[in-house]
Amino acid sequence: MLRDITIGQYYPAKSVIHQLDPRVKLMATLIYIISLFSFQGIVGFLLVTAFLILIIRLSKVPFSYMVKGLRAIVILMLITALFNLFLTPGEDVLLQIWKLTITMEGVKNAVFMMVRLVYLIVGTSVMTLTTTPNQLTDGLEKSLMPLRKIHVPVHAIAMMMSIALRFIPILIEETDIIMKAQMARGADFENGNLIKRAKSMVPLLVPLFISAFRRADDLAMAMEARCYVGGEGRTRMKPLSYDKRDYTAYLVLVMFLVLVILARIIL
Amino acid sequence: MGIIKASKLVHEYIRRDEEGNVESIQTAIDHVDIDVKAGDFIAVLGHNGSGKSTLAKHINALLEPSEGTLWVDGKDTKDPKNTYEIRRAAGMVFQNPDNQIIATVVEEDVGFGPENMGVPCEEIWTRVEESLKSVGMLKYRSHSPNKLSGGQKQRVAIAGVMAMEPKCIVLDEPTAMLDPNGRKEVLRAVHELNRKKGVTVILITHYMEEVVDADYVYVMDKGQVVMQGTPRSIFSQVEKLKEHRLDVPQITLLAHELKKSGLAIADGILTREELLEALEKLYHRKG
Repeated sequence: MLRDITIGQYYPAKSVIHQLDPRVKLMATLIYIISLFSFQGIVGFLLVTAFLILIIRLSKVPFSYMVKGLRAIVILMLITALFNLFLTPGEDVLLQIWKLTITMEGVKNAVFMMVRLVYLIVGTSVMTLTTTPNQLTDGLEKSLMPLRKIHVPVHAIAMMMSIALRFIPILIEETDIIMKAQMARGADFENGNLIKRAKSMVPLLVPLFISAFRRADDLAMAMEARCYVGGEGRTRMKPLSYDKRDYTAYLVLVMFLVLVILARIIL
Repeated sequence: MGIIKASKLVHEYIRRDEEGNVESIQTAIDHVDIDVKAGDFIAVLGHNGSGKSTLAKHINALLEPSEGTLWVDGKDTKDPKNTYEIRRAAGMVFQNPDNQIIATVVEEDVGFGPENMGVPCEEIWTRVEESLKSVGMLKYRSHSPNKLSGGQKQRVAIAGVMAMEPKCIVLDEPTAMLDPNGRKEVLRAVHELNRKKGVTVILITHYMEEVVDADYVYVMDKGQVVMQGTPRSIFSQVEKLKEHRLDVPQITLLAHELKKSGLAIADGILTREELLEALEKLYHRKG
């Protein structure tokens, strides 16, 4: 049951988006999010929609994969929509029940907020679906390099992320084993109220933590034995390098952002 | 002087209480002298707690001697300036295959050592390919290590060490967590490296069967080297091995028992073929 969890649900395919440098994709996601929350009016909306459809088409990932992520935020979406619907002040009052009023502006806000959230999830999932976790950490490390000037341990953070990714399946398997071992001794993880169930997690978490620390100790020693001394003086087996299509992608991105901003200012 | 030489090496684990006062001292290695020739296949045998793993960590400069000196490739392990060079010269494979694989793809893990050493990119790729080939794992290069068996993972770990092109490789109970098939796989790979590439191997183990093919054997008990010699001379002393809480391979034990009950068989028989030969000779002589 625990083994079904997948992190960084990569969808293998050979598309332009898959082949882009991870740094470009990180940048694209950032620009996309900025434009998503800065567009206004119907033209801006159409621009963002066109961009999203183009990206999805290019990525060759089935649309159903992206919609899967939406299920997790249905409640959040409903709450934001309701708040926007009832609590936006305005002149065009459509309906008034007791102290709650629905205004034209409220309806507009609620609809746009829903659209923004849906686009946010679908758009960012394109990135995680087309980038392997390794590429993602590599891209993150390279893009955050300037932060080293203010003493942010960028390499260490990226290394921690990739090690965490490596150990997630191992620890999940271990949790499964400990759970079965405790169940064999009569532990009950499924019944009882919330507090009781939280308490029953203790005999699961304590051995899991101990074993995780032991693993960390072993791994640190193994890394040291293989001459690991941090990011200084390291070479890369798979160095990131920009290709022609990466520059084109940057150009398209900048154009897109300018268009969205222009649409907001002019219209 | 050989590639690894220890002289009166002592290691003490010191346990301190919260104020920093010494609570207890446990001597894990007690005045050990060893001398390993380059290109040899050395086995270190010992019961749990005999100090053999501590010795392994010393060879990789993961621990520092409390007393005495250890030279690896002519360099003193006590000097922190040598640490990096020593780790390049002596690679190490640990017991748990899961806890020493760093990357999420096999080839990236093998490349981890060379990356740390600052090897140029193209050379990393040739090294990775070569070392994966030498342990027979080339076709798994783009797999996730989580999907491999224990023996395969351990072979990847060995490839990861080989890619650093060490002169010597220390294996600290590499087969303790594997099934019999995995053990065979790993041992075959290690022997091949020793024979074909001339890498000095130090195999630390408590399985007798793995020691039979070694060039030289050290037996450790309570932190001391209590016996040393060729496998044949070690295994001919069945009673003494038992004193140190060690078993002998079944075939050797059988030969020993047969001899004790009056058959004229030589001491220190190591393989089934040897016993068979000895018995046949005996049978023919009697007519």
